[in-house]
Amino acid sequence: MLDHNRMDLEMHTQTKVKISAKDVQVHYGDTHAIKDVNVEIEDNAVTAFIGPSGCGKSTFLRCINRMNDTIDICRVQGDIRIDNEDIYDRRVDPVQLRAKVGMVFQKPNPFPKSIYDNVAYGPRIHGLANNKSEMDQIVERALRRGAIWDEVKDRLHAPGTGLSGGQQQRLCIARAVATEPQVLLMDEPCSALDPIATAQVEELISDLSKNYCVVIVTHSMQQAARVSQKTAFFHLGHLVEYGDTDKIFTNPEDPRTESYISGRIG
Amino acid sequence: MSYPSNSLLRVDDRIRKRNAAETRFKAYGITAIVIAVLALAVLLTSVLGSGLSAFRQTYLTVNVQLPEAKLDKSGVRDPAVMRKVTTIGYASLLRDGLLDTMQDAGITTQMSKKDVAKLISKEAPATVRNHVLANPEVIGTTMTFDLLAQGRIDGFFKGRVTLESAALDGNTSPEALMLAQELKEAGLLETRLNWDFLIAPDASDQRPEAAGLGVAILGSLYMMLVVLVLALPIGVASSIYLEEFAPKNRWTDLIEVNISNLAAVPSIVYGILGLAIFINFMELNQSSPLVGGLVLTLMTLPTIIISTRASLKSVPPSIRDAALGVGASKMQAVFHHVLPLAAPGILTGTIIGLAQALGETAPLLLIGMVAFVREYPAAFSPDAGLFGEASTALPVQIYNWTQRADPGFVERASGAIITLLVFLFIMNIIAIMLRRKFERRW
Repeated sequence: MLDHNRMDLEMHTQTKVKISAKDVQVHYGDTHAIKDVNVEIEDNAVTAFIGPSGCGKSTFLRCINRMNDTIDICRVQGDIRIDNEDIYDRRVDPVQLRAKVGMVFQKPNPFPKSIYDNVAYGPRIHGLANNKSEMDQIVERALRRGAIWDEVKDRLHAPGTGLSGGQQQRLCIARAVATEPQVLLMDEPCSALDPIATAQVEELISDLSKNYCVVIVTHSMQQAARVSQKTAFFHLGHLVEYGDTDKIFTNPEDPRTESYISGRIG
Repeated sequence: MSYPSNSLLRVDDRIRKRNAAETRFKAYGITAIVIAVLALAVLLTSVLGSGLSAFRQTYLTVNVQLPEAKLDKSGVRDPAVMRKVTTIGYASLLRDGLLDTMQDAGITTQMSKKDVAKLISKEAPATVRNHVLANPEVIGTTMTFDLLAQGRIDGFFKGRVTLESAALDGNTSPEALMLAQELKEAGLLETRLNWDFLIAPDASDQRPEAAGLGVAILGSLYMMLVVLVLALPIGVASSIYLEEFAPKNRWTDLIEVNISNLAAVPSIVYGILGLAIFINFMELNQSSPLVGGLVLTLMTLPTIIISTRASLKSVPPSIRDAALGVGASKMQAVFHHVLPLAAPGILTGTIIGLAQALGETAPLLLIGMVAFVREYPAAFSPDAGLFGEASTALPVQIYNWTQRADPGFVERASGAIITLLVFLFIMNIIAIMLRRKFERRW
């Protein structure tokens, strides 16, 4: 066991592995949704999860910040580590974990509050700012990282729900980065957006990968090819193939991956 | 029919049948609405027609001498001595005052002095006595009082009593009504707006003209306070727990079914429960607004819980995800985001529950709130504690008055119904306004 850990550690130092999952199983009641998933996700890179609907990619993503804990019938087994710490350890508080692992959802879901309060909410509950001016700085920095500062700087106290869909999603990204997470999970962040807003968000994702470990679930293979360095293909709860995006899209090893990429299944 | 059978310009039989069915359905709907509106109109006209006059009252203007020899034998305004003069003593002063006033106005009558005195309400001597005891300096002067006229006289000017009905009535006579008419022409008798109806306490069977809703309104107000203070926090807290925190299992299902059932339990059952627990077991004062409020709280809780859970359910789950996603704890997610969004629904449910409680009679009958209460209940008294003094409530007062023999109480009961409806109307308006104010879109 000790040797195993040491090996892990060595691997971490070599490839900067941020998240590692071993033999992860997820059950929804009687349904076996995720089967034996092993994956190592690199830091400062974008990793894309692709696969047909219901293949378990979103479920697996939600395991990484323990959002599945909120679902009563969901059971997670196996080992998921961030920075070599088991996040399902009994001592880990999911609330603390979620401050470290931010999440952006499929549908833009700003709070029905002002733009400023949307971004300031996370830092406020985590006590990241000591006074108003510090908070102002945090909000500005987050909105700049979310590439939406220039559009909203004159109406920070207007309601967040009044923005367009693409702006709302970038606001949600700004909200997620405001708590200074190390990992950013994105569950089909562009599926509700038009092509122009999608392009803006994709550009933003590329920028964010300089500072964060970004994991993105997407239905669009073009998007995975455009933004990610690594791609994982899920099928029926299995992680079929995982590797460099270029390789997955040009020369996949598994015939199922090839069929999916070429549009024969899914 | 020069069109071919498959032409769009020719409506085929099936379509014609369907259209006819739709037209019939619309007609049914309109009929139903017309019936409902008619029923409402009939209700309002009948209640307003017989009840609005309760807000007007007939008064006699009488100059009354207040001789020291009779009212204060001590001569030093000793309250103990002054109290010895009862309302009977005052009644004779009022009779003499009325006769003198009539004489001054040049009005003569064949009626005996005793019958003339009957024009004045039996409540009037008490009114004058209270005034004199509160202001002893008026003794020895002649004061002009506006005194309540007897209920039959009042009824005559409101059209309830006629000369024919008075002839058959032991409490009045056509002569008395004629005299009242003369007094009115001389400006000594007037029917005018009567706020005392909303302020005065109840009065006995013999004097409907003096009966008011003061105690009932105060009692209902206290009960609503108790219900609001207890039912809102308990109801909202239990709904939040059940909806957001409790695991979904057989036990919570059972609780949910039971809450729904409780909402449908006849209210009188809550009265029996309240009688057993609060009065027989906990030995709280019967007829008190505290017990009434507790019983109504039990009755209102299911309503508040159901509406609160419904409004919590209607908050989109994406808001909870968003809050949890930035690292809020479950409680923070609920209190910072879900609850504010559910607030309009919760407030509406609460106010509707309160309105229901305000109009509830049956459980209050069982805990003795039907008693005849003349004293305004204090919110707190050392003997009875918080809201512990005997009181009555608006719907119970209505029930009570409809059982009295004197026709004057029919008018009073209708007036009380109007008052109750106005309160309910105001509460519903507040519910709508709060809803508008707090409603936010997401």
